[in-house]
Amino acid sequence: MKISFYSIKFFGLLFSFLLTLNGFANEGSDNASQGDERINTENEIKEYIQHHIKDAHDFHLVSYTNDAGERVHVGFPLPVILYGRDGITTFMSSEFHHDTEGKVVVEKNGSRFVNYHSKIYELENGASEVAFDADKHPVNASRPLDLSISKSVFGILVIGLLMLWWFSSLARQYKKRSIPKGFGRVLEPLVIYVRDEIAKPNIGEKKYRKFTGYLMTVFFFIWFLNILGLTPLGFNVTGQIAVTAALAIFTLIIYTVSGNRDYWIHMIWMPGVPILIRPVLALIELLGAFVIKPFSLLVRLFANISAGHIIVMSLVAIMITLKSEMTVFGSTTLSFVLALFITVIELLVAFLQAYIFTMLSALFIGMAVAEHDHEHDSDGTHELSDAEDVRADFI
Amino acid sequence: MDQLINDFSPGLFIMQTVILIVLIFLMVKFAWKPILNSLNEREEGIQGALDAAEKAKLEMQNLQADNEKLLQEARAEREAMMKEAREIKTKMIADAKEEAKEEGDKIVANAQAAIESEKKSAIAELKQQVASLSLEIAEKVVKHELSDSDKQMKLVNEMLGDAKLN
Repeated sequence: MKISFYSIKFFGLLFSFLLTLNGFANEGSDNASQGDERINTENEIKEYIQHHIKDAHDFHLVSYTNDAGERVHVGFPLPVILYGRDGITTFMSSEFHHDTEGKVVVEKNGSRFVNYHSKIYELENGASEVAFDADKHPVNASRPLDLSISKSVFGILVIGLLMLWWFSSLARQYKKRSIPKGFGRVLEPLVIYVRDEIAKPNIGEKKYRKFTGYLMTVFFFIWFLNILGLTPLGFNVTGQIAVTAALAIFTLIIYTVSGNRDYWIHMIWMPGVPILIRPVLALIELLGAFVIKPFSLLVRLFANISAGHIIVMSLVAIMITLKSEMTVFGSTTLSFVLALFITVIELLVAFLQAYIFTMLSALFIGMAVAEHDHEHDSDGTHELSDAEDVRADFI
Repeated sequence: MDQLINDFSPGLFIMQTVILIVLIFLMVKFAWKPILNSLNEREEGIQGALDAAEKAKLEMQNLQADNEKLLQEARAEREAMMKEAREIKTKMIADAKEEAKEEGDKIVANAQAAIESEKKSAIAELKQQVASLSLEIAEKVVKHELSDSDKQMKLVNEMLGDAKLN
């Protein structure tokens, strides 16, 4: 079997390491036969990384050229569900034949679709081929609402089902015994950790119960997806801005809906501050609550995970870029050591980002439901004593 | 920023939102609620057991202290009783001694008095008997002496002689 150099799937380092060695071993003989699909130059690597960071419509693990000289793609297609001009259209992503350059046109229900840079475009009526402007943006095509089970959605579903399976079996264990055994014993301290270190201290002993379900779901969802992103399967779910945006908006909705009277008073008409400053403060507070907080949440997670993926992939790519300067062995060793180091850090980051997202969500919720007893009590008594003074003067 | 907006996929956003809502609902229903309830129950159980143990320990301590106190009291009481008994014993002995002495003295005195009176009466009786005996003797002597007239004459003479001499 001749494995081409195309397949550097980045997150199983050992996997890619072996793969790469094989690639090197076969390089000489295969050079001529598969020049166009290989990734060797800096631009190609950059493009490949860009491609990986984005969502995909099929589950693609590795490609190689078999003995007969045909490209074999290991992976499986995923369903494409589109809501375009003519309603809902569904077909399997295999119809694009792994094309992401907009060359393969799929015709369904009278509409024509192309896959350009992992985004599906619907060609305008009459167009048979996608046309680009100077910035490489398609000009004669629009983007339908893409509800496909894309790679990210697939990852979300997998993790969702895993979570449901693991934690509901943990829940079922408690019916029989009070101390779980097996994998449940691993999960239980994590649940207790989220409850005691994230939910309770940030929201408060009295009210944390109501929000723990959300916080735990989000924590394990993000963490497991982050870890899934470090596997060789090539998922990048928490690096999708749409996913982190959805998570951030959930938090926004929860702390906005559950905000109590004090929260809104402090936001809109801050007590204890000169009247003239209050509108300015209100503007800042509103901006903070509705834009800055969710935006910081979504960008932090998205940027950290994407950056991690880009760094690991770039380090793996050292194998290729420094090959001529350092020999095959040198560049591979360097890349392996560096990538291993960063991957270990990324493991930490995977946990840390899940923790930070959940912790900040809990903090924002805690701020919204906190009771400001002291300030308001003192305000009230002040007014009361003033009134009594006045009355005393009158008498 | 442009890149970010371009990368934002509304479809993925919708899918993620829907899946997350469903996931949160399912997780809360099938996992978090039962898990948290069980954990709380277990923690309360542990806390209850610890509290009970602490309480039992305290009670034990109280009990021990009580026991100790009781023992102390009993000991003190015994001590007091012993002391009292000893005192009573000494007092009784002393009293008995006193009484015995008094009684003895009284008996002795009585005896002495009785002896004295007996002696007196004996002496009196003796005196009386001696007197009567003397009289009898004297009578007998006189009878004997005066049985013949010579001797009577002689006695009178003697007596007369005595009287003269006086």
